[in-house]
Amino acid sequence: MLLKTRDTSHATEQEVTPKELYLSRREIMAGLAQSAIVAGTASLTLPLMTDHAYAAKTFDRVGHNAAFDIKEKLTPLKDVTSYNNFYEFGTDKEDPSRLSAAFRPKPWKLVIDGECEKPASLELEDFIKPQKLEERIYRLRCVEAWSMVIPWIGFPLADVIKAAKPNSRAKYVAFTTLQNPEQMPGQKRPILDWPYREGLRLDEALHPLTLLAVGLYGELLPSQNGAPLRLVVPWKYGFKSIKSIVKITFTSSQPQTSWNMMAPEEYGFYSNVNPKVDHPRWSQAKERRIGELFKRETLMFNGYDQVASLYQGMNLKKDY
Amino acid sequence: MRLSIKQKLLITKSSLFVGLMIPLCTLVVGFITSDLGANPVEKMTHVTGDLALRILLLSLAMTPLQHLLRWRKAILYRRLLGLMAFFYAILHFIVYLVFDQELSFLETFADVKKRPYITAGFAALILMVPLAITSTDRLIKRMGIKNWQRLHKSVYLVAVLAITHFWWLVKADTKEPLIYALIFVTLMLLRLARLRGRPFMKRAKMPPQ
Repeated sequence: MLLKTRDTSHATEQEVTPKELYLSRREIMAGLAQSAIVAGTASLTLPLMTDHAYAAKTFDRVGHNAAFDIKEKLTPLKDVTSYNNFYEFGTDKEDPSRLSAAFRPKPWKLVIDGECEKPASLELEDFIKPQKLEERIYRLRCVEAWSMVIPWIGFPLADVIKAAKPNSRAKYVAFTTLQNPEQMPGQKRPILDWPYREGLRLDEALHPLTLLAVGLYGELLPSQNGAPLRLVVPWKYGFKSIKSIVKITFTSSQPQTSWNMMAPEEYGFYSNVNPKVDHPRWSQAKERRIGELFKRETLMFNGYDQVASLYQGMNLKKDY
Repeated sequence: MRLSIKQKLLITKSSLFVGLMIPLCTLVVGFITSDLGANPVEKMTHVTGDLALRILLLSLAMTPLQHLLRWRKAILYRRLLGLMAFFYAILHFIVYLVFDQELSFLETFADVKKRPYITAGFAALILMVPLAITSTDRLIKRMGIKNWQRLHKSVYLVAVLAITHFWWLVKADTKEPLIYALIFVTLMLLRLARLRGRPFMKRAKMPPQ
């Protein structure tokens, strides 16, 4: 994997939190969970403990893929997990972390269907077990003009696609989020046409940058960040990176996507980060990196120039 | 000790002023201690904008309240509320000017021209300026009560623009601006109902103070 060192970096090497440092958090948390059980609150903390055991088992041998490193400061875990757009839990940024207590990311069933030779319906753990997990640090640029830098744990979507063997009719991949208003109270109001839907062109889905994430900062994905399985497409606006996925479908025609259904003139199917194409109501030229007061320039494709060839010959003002 | 009516009014007005300054103090302390969450600029923008709109609607509620509750003194708080709404609207604009536009007046002007929701918000702010300036007793007297009332009717337009500003910037959830719009429409209907219920000749008469 080729990745140019960017000269637009705003952080020095020392500012980037070393992996060992934040990984040590995990041991502390595991310890806390255990002592809580000793204290007799087992019924409450047990699921947490098993989750961490699962994470430890799953993530301990996860290597860091330095090919995707950017010399930019990581966004603090606290901000990554308390400032979220996840309308399934409410439209305020704090809602997803406040209102996701009833959400159960386990057990979880994932369906892979549509135009492919090997459709499947399987438990998430069985789905993740054969995958080669790795850690990657990506920028995340929200369509609302704020951004973060997040260390994800996941695997290339391409691996999943290859295993499912899409047939010749497959041109797109569609994704669906869980619909369950009991667990996701935001779905009780028809803000969007639930369930949340997203999609990629097959070549976008196969791009090595496209990740299916199961964790961040060395931990299992918190509910508010899209547990237990979410997409991460770093060169597109954040809403394309669909959360809490229950279904992956290969389709022959362009799938419907939630924000595009809501306001087609504002949110296109592609929604590539593009400082030159403004949202009809606000500018996309700059962004506020969470943790900074002033705005910085937004980079074309969010700084991931290696995807430019996917859009050769396309008018990105028209296909926004 | 018995307080005169004037003294009592001074005390209630001062407490209202202090009460309305508390959110600003909370913001300033939060900013200094980095306790405004992940996006402090957004927090400051939202808090000052919400307050400007809420206090503005409260100021518009004083006349209907005066009639509905037969609370004759309600009208005495209207000026302070109007000025406080203006104060928070100015702060709202300053946050935008400093942190979003980095004090570039050229870019701010371009933004005001290009973005309808910014245009609406900016127009509301500009329209509030003459209202704030003409809020002293001396100027009211100099303008004459009729002219002053005519000028201050534009506060309704300010409210419409401010609510529009909010409505046009939300992504999908219009619940909050809708609530403000409903409050505004209710206040307007209350005024209308009273006007229609009165004989024509008495309409121009000032409410008893």
